Amino acid sequence: MTTADATAPGPAPAADERQGMAGLWRRTLDNMKSGNLGVLPIVVGIIFIVVFFSFKATNFFTATNFVNIIIQMAGTAMLAYGVVFVLLLGEIDLSISYVAGIGALTVAELQNPGSGHQINGLLAMLCAVAICAIIGVGQGSIVAYVGVPSFVVTLAGYLVWQGVILQRLEQPGSIIIQDRWINYTASYFFSHDAGWLIAGIITGVYLIGVIWTVVSHRRAGIPIKNKGTMIAKVLGVAAASFGVVAICNHSYVQGNPLGLPLAGVIVVIFLIVLTFLAKRTTFGRHVYAVGGNAEAARRAGVNVHRIRILVFLISSAMAACGGIILAANVNSVDLNFGGGTLLLNSIAAAVIGGVSLFGGRGEVRGAFLGALVIATVSNGLNTAGYATGIIYIVTGLILLFAVTLDTIARRLQVRSGR
Amino acid sequence: MCAPSAFVVGNAAVSASEAPLLQLRGITKSFGSVQALTDVDFEVRAGEVMALVGDNGAGKSTLVKCVAGTHAADDGEILFEGKRVHIHGPKDAANLGIEVVYQDLALCDNLDVVQNMYLGREANRYEVLTEPVMEQHTSETLSSLRVTTINSVRQTVATLSGGQRQSVAVARAVMWNSKLVILDEPTAALGVAQTEQVLELVRRLGEQGLGVVIISHNLHDVFETATRIAVLRLGRNVGLFERAKTTQQEIVEAITAGQPTKVSGIPSTATAPAS
Repeated sequence: MTTADATAPGPAPAADERQGMAGLWRRTLDNMKSGNLGVLPIVVGIIFIVVFFSFKATNFFTATNFVNIIIQMAGTAMLAYGVVFVLLLGEIDLSISYVAGIGALTVAELQNPGSGHQINGLLAMLCAVAICAIIGVGQGSIVAYVGVPSFVVTLAGYLVWQGVILQRLEQPGSIIIQDRWINYTASYFFSHDAGWLIAGIITGVYLIGVIWTVVSHRRAGIPIKNKGTMIAKVLGVAAASFGVVAICNHSYVQGNPLGLPLAGVIVVIFLIVLTFLAKRTTFGRHVYAVGGNAEAARRAGVNVHRIRILVFLISSAMAACGGIILAANVNSVDLNFGGGTLLLNSIAAAVIGGVSLFGGRGEVRGAFLGALVIATVSNGLNTAGYATGIIYIVTGLILLFAVTLDTIARRLQVRSGR
Repeated sequence: MCAPSAFVVGNAAVSASEAPLLQLRGITKSFGSVQALTDVDFEVRAGEVMALVGDNGAGKSTLVKCVAGTHAADDGEILFEGKRVHIHGPKDAANLGIEVVYQDLALCDNLDVVQNMYLGREANRYEVLTEPVMEQHTSETLSSLRVTTINSVRQTVATLSGGQRQSVAVARAVMWNSKLVILDEPTAALGVAQTEQVLELVRRLGEQGLGVVIISHNLHDVFETATRIAVLRLGRNVGLFERAKTTQQEIVEAITAGQPTKVSGIPSTATAPAS
């Protein structure tokens, strides 16, 4: 309808595209002013933590401990990914830790050799994820259609699923996981060459994504902003993936060489897939929209109920994935599975990673970084010989600091809005 | 008092050769015991800016919501482009080409301009967003409406001023080849300069051949933009005025003390409800 006017200069091309670095700086500043701090604070935080513990504990800054941290963060990260989506909606899911328990219990049950219903480990894992997805759909439906606050629904879920686990495991106390496929999720290490190949693939996938963006922008005739940042990001991803593999390939346990852990690869694959889901699909866009202004989204024709249910599905399915890795890590499921700090650490990971509790702001990678912070801190405090109490205190303070940062950012956003 | 002299509903029916874009006949709506609308007639022609004014509780918003599909009218009929239509939800209204810009804007603060413009109707291929297409089309729409105050279509709505937000909301309403745009209090929260921006935009919509309904408390805004002015009082029609042939004085009298132009119980049009 506007072909005649299309040739007129659009309002979009502002000065910030031409100025390169200065424009980039301005955009960053604008972002920060509007309450979008990005990953900068957390990356700085991780560097600080690593440097601190390297001086504090002699065996912290080693390749083997690096592999340890990756495996320790994997379970929490998977749960935290799901939490991101729930928080983006402005909801909460308190049931994830015990839904993770249900996932772990399901795989343990289905691989149990003496049970009479033993199936292949891979199939067992699929079943576990499917069962938890159904749990998520149930909880999400109650939230969406009945309108019961998610806090209450998932608190009930927390109790119910804990009850189910206690009930099932009361007699044996625990089920040992013997299936190699299931245990591989936490204890398989790629050979050195396979590690390099995976680093190459990850870099390649990212590069293809960037090239695709550039091509589609070209085709639509839209100038590409921040070419410098794009190149820097590709180089950063390459450096990170090859760097991680290089370190992992230097790790040893009792003289046996380790390598890139499968758990780490799983975490990265889900990071990529879920980031794509959140940022590049209509579903992801609608999640952000519902979290920002549910009424606006509804009026714009977004099926808000469907989005809510799908988000709770993702949350529970991710919990199952995390639960499987956590169970594989100890080769068993016992009465206490899903208890302790798992739930709060997962939520804390997302929040530390900059996902707003108020909905609409945050990214999947935040959960990754947040889980990394939590794993690094508790690993560091452990290796430095601190007691469990200290670990909780420090984690709590980091969480408080992160949320304070988020709140201040939000206040700045409101101020810059008018 | 003044109302009968300005009563032109009958005249409008005479020029039926060019059917109004939207025509409401005998719309009645009640919420429990509260009678919100009683036998209300209303019409908009393509290319005109029709103002809908009235005091608080006069039924303006309810009438709009009946057209937008938020509420279903208890009685009466809606004709769009001369054809009788049934609007059961916002989707139906949107399919007809009716877009409503609500008072509270209905924008998502956390999304940027492009994302808001395409909210609920994202351009996609196999559910994967085609961002560049959306970005380009947004820029084109804004420049066609001569909205020049927005620096970047990639900034979040949270960083925009009230006038800019209103511009985004209006631009979103017209981007979808809509035929009728309804603006609910578009200038209520704006400063003087920003009000001027938005009113300019409203006039431009009319010039582009769209039917525009503007609901406002502010008679200055109404006289700046409207070609005709319909007045509601206590859920009834109390007058329909040509902007050029009336005064603010007359409108204020109609708003505060206008008498119903239709007597309830006696159908004034040929299409009395069968029930």
